[in-house]
Amino acid sequence: MEMSNRMQNILIPIIAVLLGIIVGTILMIVTGYDAIAGFIALWNGAFGDVYFFGETVRQIIPYILAGLAVAFAFKTGLFNIGVEGQLIVGWLAAVWVGVAFELPKIIHLPLAVLAAALAGAIWAFIPGFLKAQYRVHEVIVTIMLNYTALHITNYIIRTKLSEGSDSSDPIAETASLRSPLLESLTDYSRMHWGIVIAIIAVIIMWFILEKTTRGFELKAVGLNQHASNYAGMNVKKNIILSMVISGVFAGLAGAMEGLGTFGYAAVKSGFTGVGFDGIAVALLGANSPIGIVLAAILFGSLKVGALNMPLEAGVPNELVDIIIALIVFFVASSYMIRLLIRKINKKGVK
Amino acid sequence: MKKRKLGLVLSFALAAGTILGACGSSEENEKGSSSEGNKEESFTVAMVTDVGGVDDKSFNQSAWEGIKAFGEDNGLEEGKGGYTYLQSQSDADYATNLNNLTRQKFNLVFGVGAMMHDAIAEIAEQQKDSQFSIIDSEVEADNVASIMFKEQESGFLAGVVAANATKGDTVGFIGGMELPVIERFEAGFIAGVRAVNPDIKVESNYSGAFDKAELGQSIASKMYASGIDVIFHAAGGTGNGLFKEARDLKGKDPERELWAIGVDADQSAEGVVGDHNIILTSAMKRVDVAVQDIATKAKDGNFPGGETTVYGLNEDGVTLAPINEEFAGKAEVETQVNEWIEKIKSGEVTPPQSVEEAKAFTAE
Repeated sequence: MEMSNRMQNILIPIIAVLLGIIVGTILMIVTGYDAIAGFIALWNGAFGDVYFFGETVRQIIPYILAGLAVAFAFKTGLFNIGVEGQLIVGWLAAVWVGVAFELPKIIHLPLAVLAAALAGAIWAFIPGFLKAQYRVHEVIVTIMLNYTALHITNYIIRTKLSEGSDSSDPIAETASLRSPLLESLTDYSRMHWGIVIAIIAVIIMWFILEKTTRGFELKAVGLNQHASNYAGMNVKKNIILSMVISGVFAGLAGAMEGLGTFGYAAVKSGFTGVGFDGIAVALLGANSPIGIVLAAILFGSLKVGALNMPLEAGVPNELVDIIIALIVFFVASSYMIRLLIRKINKKGVK
Repeated sequence: MKKRKLGLVLSFALAAGTILGACGSSEENEKGSSSEGNKEESFTVAMVTDVGGVDDKSFNQSAWEGIKAFGEDNGLEEGKGGYTYLQSQSDADYATNLNNLTRQKFNLVFGVGAMMHDAIAEIAEQQKDSQFSIIDSEVEADNVASIMFKEQESGFLAGVVAANATKGDTVGFIGGMELPVIERFEAGFIAGVRAVNPDIKVESNYSGAFDKAELGQSIASKMYASGIDVIFHAAGGTGNGLFKEARDLKGKDPERELWAIGVDADQSAEGVVGDHNIILTSAMKRVDVAVQDIATKAKDGNFPGGETTVYGLNEDGVTLAPINEEFAGKAEVETQVNEWIEKIKSGEVTPPQSVEEAKAFTAE
């Protein structure tokens, strides 16, 4: 008897995570580290006390949004590698609004968040338009736009948002997602209200894809462009729309960094990595909203918990990057796992 | 009767508390993190690296060497309850790492690099009982000691050597990100070159990153190809690309005269190619000296909180590494360098801090 597809989609990520952890453990033992102490330190670093818990949530917030961004484009058959760049421009736009205006919080904060969403959308519109109109491959355009975003924002931060310095002024209190309440609850962690925005975004994504005609069209285009075209759908429009919505999510992830975690924008020497981790989150979460939340929780905890490993267990925190890479590898090679499940299944039936 | 029971419960609780407490501390001791006895008095220090990592062969590494030296001088062990470091993999990690160390009750926590300015300012505000120190930036808080360097002074000396060593009319400068710290190196370098010969030009190029060796190499490759024979870098890990390019060129043609000048630490170990060494000298910034100094002051109860300590030639905070033996004019240039050192120390010459001033610099 064949196991249902749905069941397999749930099983594969779980097996991939387990395999990643097992191989990571073997690596730790082989290289002479105490694996148990390492994992305890990892756990303590992510959930050991309220501070670390707050920091973990803080890391999960942009991961959810970046994951949604990648997944949304993917549903329409587009591979948005440009989430990183869209995130960076969103970050800049949010901070720009945050420092430039003096408004009551009820207007200022939503305005800053919207600016980030808009910036991300515009940045994603470019590859979407080029793909729809001229069939330029979105992977190439988005990769290039990542670098463009990095250097343009660095330039703006240095010349427009500061006078030759490497960081902008802090945003106005009225544009901040941080709150004294959350700080006192989590012992001064940088956890912020962005978690609410992230959860709303998850619901919106689910709603668009599952409950609207537009969502059905987007998915249809992802499954088969020609069939969709034949059925009377406007393929070009759907491609652009999908990229733009993906960019909105990415821009929002940038707003989380700009208005929540940091409260300013600084010149970056390289990418934040959040946008690229978003690809891993979407992959592990099988592009489904709830899967993305779970994957973001896993990767967020791993990232923050890892910081504690050198101090508490003497295990280098790069090891966690290896584990994450292994998980992604096993998800990507899901064919292998599918084969494994099928074999086990056959044996079980006999 | 009731009272006695209460007493019994209380004493049980106390005993349990003591035993558990002892457990906790013995566990810690087993990990080799704190030496017995002096646990109460020992002054513990830790640092957070920027994204360059602790083995960047310059800035972070130098700070860590200072911490290690302080720890060894004071009989501390590496780890919790002694001295340690945490590495940051992205800008978002600074605050988490600084907070983690503060929560582990390290007496003094160093933030290495100007990028940590905002994180330190925020945490210092929240954790008023902890002491912090930041390198290359100024944070105004009573529990933060800011450490600054006169990079322009060591850059100046490097410029003097470069101007003497070049056979052409242009020398090169490779910067990391465009930060005030790097500009001071550049300004000093330009002024030093001009002090020797105002006709020699300095070609500057910023790579925009401290961890992109491949970028450093391509910039260096272009500079060497255009006839420049001496290049100074203030670009952290990016500078390793400069060394690689110089080593490659020297390896292909050992007769060719070309030099690279290192930064922060004495980087001469990076320049070995066959029997030659392409590192002319290094503009040293003794982050280790400063770190040790601040840690010692803090331990003795003289923590310079709320102040900025500036380390220059006079404080042994910056200096020039020994000049390469292969360089023919070594002895002569050394005398020159020493003269300039005296002039700077006495205040007769003040190397400029901005490139704009440097371009108009005259020694007279």
